[in-house]
Amino acid sequence: MSQISIKGVKKSYLKTPVIHGVDVEIEAGEFVVILGPSGCGKSTLLRMIAGLEDITAGEIAIGGKVVNQLEPRERGCAMVFQNYALYPHMTVRQNIGYSLKVAKVPRVERDARVMKVAQSVSLETFLDRRPGELSGGQRQRVAMARAMVREPKVFLFDEPFSNLDAKLRVAMRAEVRRLHRDLGVTSVFVTHDQTEAMTLADKLIIMNAGNVEQIGKPTEVYNNPASRFVADFIGSPAMNLFEGEFDADGHFVHGQGGKMNVSQLNGVRQPGKKVVLGVRPESVRRTHAETHGAIAAVVDYVEELGASRLIHADANGSRIVALDTDTAEIKSGTRVHLSLEADALHLFSVENGRRIAH
Amino acid sequence: MERRAYYKNPMLPWLLLAPQLLLVLVFFYWPTSQALYWAFTLEQPWGGGNSWVWFDNFISIFRDREYWGTVLRSGLYAMVTTGLSMAIALTLAAFVDRSLKGTKFFQSIFVWPYAIAAPAAGVAFRFIFAPESGLIGSINQVWPGIWDPATNGWHALAMVIVCHAWLGIGYNFIFFLAALQMIPRSISEAGAMDGARPFRRMLDLQLPLIAPTAFFLLIMNIISSFTDSFGLIDTMTEGGPIGQTEVMVYKIYFDGFKGLDYSGAAAQSIILMLLVIGLTFVQFKWVERRVHYN
Repeated sequence: MSQISIKGVKKSYLKTPVIHGVDVEIEAGEFVVILGPSGCGKSTLLRMIAGLEDITAGEIAIGGKVVNQLEPRERGCAMVFQNYALYPHMTVRQNIGYSLKVAKVPRVERDARVMKVAQSVSLETFLDRRPGELSGGQRQRVAMARAMVREPKVFLFDEPFSNLDAKLRVAMRAEVRRLHRDLGVTSVFVTHDQTEAMTLADKLIIMNAGNVEQIGKPTEVYNNPASRFVADFIGSPAMNLFEGEFDADGHFVHGQGGKMNVSQLNGVRQPGKKVVLGVRPESVRRTHAETHGAIAAVVDYVEELGASRLIHADANGSRIVALDTDTAEIKSGTRVHLSLEADALHLFSVENGRRIAH
Repeated sequence: MERRAYYKNPMLPWLLLAPQLLLVLVFFYWPTSQALYWAFTLEQPWGGGNSWVWFDNFISIFRDREYWGTVLRSGLYAMVTTGLSMAIALTLAAFVDRSLKGTKFFQSIFVWPYAIAAPAAGVAFRFIFAPESGLIGSINQVWPGIWDPATNGWHALAMVIVCHAWLGIGYNFIFFLAALQMIPRSISEAGAMDGARPFRRMLDLQLPLIAPTAFFLLIMNIISSFTDSFGLIDTMTEGGPIGQTEVMVYKIYFDGFKGLDYSGAAAQSIILMLLVIGLTFVQFKWVERRVHYN
């Protein structure tokens, strides 16, 4: 039995639908990340699980029990908010212990439990300070400790690291990962940061415009994006996407008449039908002109990354980006030949953006 | 960088300020200086100049038991009016802040009483509380004589206090609502996730966070009850029955204009002024030092 079961959940504000029907099963102990651009409905979905938003249609069950009509306090979830939402007039100790105080846990036990979680996030020396006297990272840890102290069935994280600087974010990521490993509590984590999503998730849910685009393991989503949106959204630098069609000879025609030899797609090509061909920059290699099927392109500019570089080039009117690890220097304006790795091609429908299997 | 407007003509700024300065001088500083002068002098019985008497006027006021009765009554008036008005306003603001159905409508309705002039409200409440015909007076038909503000001093005082509190609700409501809406929604949501019900969240989370506003309102309400009560008392009870609703500000008027004791009234008004200045000072001091949660 799954820990959280979301069936046909919809959300509308007044008459405006924002979530169009989401079906997700989350297993006990899983770390699930909901990823999507801002405004895609990911936070709304999380808040519906928490009980902070009404569910317009559909059903959410936690631990086998439908929670649609339950108040947040009856759902057994703890939440970490984006802006921490700490109680500014309480000390760290009071902040962490507030839920226990509300639940009438005796003082001695309360103090012991607060101390225990404070130690697990290295806050034990800050217990008598107020949130205003803490740094961003420390406040974040207070927010996590406050969620942990209740020993909830489910942790909900609403973009918890978006106010932290890059370095702290990496550190907090590791901390969350470690806590999840130690506690093993089912977690749902919302973010728009794909690195965060890829590194944290057991299971990734990609959302766009109120719909779930794809559910899967991070590597699965990366290697087999289910739609053009996912292909474009996941991966940095973004996947090269070419709109075009196959000609009678089996070449992919794109841009201003540029041709690519993509014999590995022989099985699915339909001459004359418009499709989108995708290939990740790291699957585009710089080669010699003689190589079979190489694409001629003119280098537009080069982004130096140290160990590697990104070549932005123009191939017959189509932009193509290649991640180049060759040590030979390359200047803008030079002609290069690029070859696409045979098993790294993705094909999507122009009409609905879904993946075309091959 | 310093941002200041410079005038080529040095007279121009003074000319621009003149109307306002004139108003303040004529209607505030001049009467105040007159009151000060009167407070330290005594007019001769048949006219013909004032004689300087130092603190005699103040001493005779402080020796007057009736005056201390007025002071106590003013204190009671201030406490009950302020408490009643703020408690009701806070309750209403808390409900409006929970954005229940019809919030927008009530938000404007609750502010209306503040727009009503005190004497007008006084006349209206006199009708409402009239023992022989008013809305509240109708309980006299069930228990005859149970409500009679015309002869019972406590009834009369209660009537004025209720009216004053009602008038202040709108003002207090706006400030409370603004303060409540300044609190990030997520704090209340965090409280909900922590298991606290709405009333508990109100007590533990919202009230402490609006404490600065509540303190500001406390001072403003006390000052208002000292000074604005005049219009109400004058239209509703004229201080009666037998001086039972006479508060400090009304006694000043009564002793001065009805009793023609200018010097005594002037001394009383200086005392009231010092009291209000003192409260204002406390308010400013506290606002400066007020804790900013962030």
